Amino acid sequence: MKLPAFASLLAGDTNADRVVPPTGVSARLTLLVSGAMAFLAVFALALSLASGRLATRWGDELANGATLRISAPADQVAAQTQAALRVLDTTPGVGAARALSQDEQRALLEPWFGPDLPVEDLPIPQLIEIIESDGSFDPAGLRLRLAAEVPGAVLDDHARWRRPLVQAASRLKLLGLVSIGLITLATAAMITLAANAALSANAQVIAVLRLVGATDRYIARAFVRRFTLRALTGAAVGTALAMIAVALLPDAGETAGFLTGLSFVGPHWIWPLMVPLLAAIVAFVATRTAALRMLGGLS
Amino acid sequence: MIELENVAYSYGYGGGALLSELSLKLSPGSFHFLTGPSGAGKTTFLKLCYGALRPTSGEVQIFGKDLRGMDRDDIAMARRRIGVVHQDCQFLDHLSVAENIALPLAVSGQEHLADGNLDELMAWVGLTERANALPAELSGGERQRAALARAVIMSPDVVLADEPTGNVDWEMSQRLLTLLVELNRMGKTIMIATHDLSLIRAAKAQVQARVLRISNKRLQLAGADL
Repeated sequence: MKLPAFASLLAGDTNADRVVPPTGVSARLTLLVSGAMAFLAVFALALSLASGRLATRWGDELANGATLRISAPADQVAAQTQAALRVLDTTPGVGAARALSQDEQRALLEPWFGPDLPVEDLPIPQLIEIIESDGSFDPAGLRLRLAAEVPGAVLDDHARWRRPLVQAASRLKLLGLVSIGLITLATAAMITLAANAALSANAQVIAVLRLVGATDRYIARAFVRRFTLRALTGAAVGTALAMIAVALLPDAGETAGFLTGLSFVGPHWIWPLMVPLLAAIVAFVATRTAALRMLGGLS
Repeated sequence: MIELENVAYSYGYGGGALLSELSLKLSPGSFHFLTGPSGAGKTTFLKLCYGALRPTSGEVQIFGKDLRGMDRDDIAMARRRIGVVHQDCQFLDHLSVAENIALPLAVSGQEHLADGNLDELMAWVGLTERANALPAELSGGERQRAALARAVIMSPDVVLADEPTGNVDWEMSQRLLTLLVELNRMGKTIMIATHDLSLIRAAKAQVQARVLRISNKRLQLAGADL
């Protein structure tokens, strides 16, 4: 795209604007398409950003932690727990380790079994939370030591289920970005069709302009400016509506997780404001290309 | 000004030649009539002169430039020096008569020159009262005069008129002819394509005009019977 051409287009040329008669159908079509596409683009952007945040959060939260589960007969649980803590204390890369209290274990089970679960009467394994220090520990080596000293210990370093979750979130982010790309292409295609229709409908105008010495750039500018401003207007309205819709998504707090995270956070609110500008640039390029190609094909 | 050298033109692929072996030099200040039967190729000839068509063979020079080497921007620039009047006039129907006449100034970025000049020109063609009318509201004669005003507002070196009196009565055709003769006296090169022999006779009484006829695809100097 030629930046000076885009800048001069925004500056305006009332003469060039006036030579093309106002058109009804293509104007409404461009407004509608750019508005609808901007609305969808904002949601795709929200999805992509939320997925990215989720992937980062899951990765960060789970990467630095591991869990040790002590499954042993009730009379040996305390002894094995102490033994495991001693092993962990001397394991390089383990920053801290502590056995969860019964209240903490009850809280973990509460979403499934409800409150007041008598965990003390149930054969529930003792959980030990491990926080890694800067240099991560060697899980294989730790498992060997635990197998020798704490037979009931099972180490879960979270990698097994963390990886697909992070991968899924990353894929969602990518899908969001691909959606934005497809929306951009679809917008360009629709605006090109509308521009071609407008150019065809104004063949007589083009013939007169050429007769009096208008250059292709002058003729194209009249159409390009009109379509660019329409796309900008439609996209601004679509973006505003989508941002309001995103802002009004119900907040279900901590429990709802991903769906309520489908919003913009902090500086991310700036990103959707780029959508109308992108729509205007797409309209400018699409209309200019279509106009110059069509004018080039005319005698 | 405009020079054609052994020019031929055919429509479409494999179509027979509409015009062939055309050679002509339009000198500054000259006055030409182009005549011939309907379908002889008068309009095509004029289009070759202002670069709307490119010859199948031969050479067209417009203001010293070979048409083959001119891109569309070059042709657009050349057209600002060539005023064209069509029989069907061709206006932008959503603009007023005054805006249509000033259109060449607008597209060339010289709209500031319209101040004063436009009023004078409108008065010259007798359309002052119709300045704000739309083209659809004009009579045939008014449309032709408006087209002539639009053709000359850039003070072109050459005026090409294609059947400018085709849709008007005798009185109006004489008025249009007078305007074209006046332009020629100002030094403009004029070429009028017409099959109206009475118009040619009337013109020859006022100006030294050369009459060319397209016959059998070729350009000939018309006889003294005109």
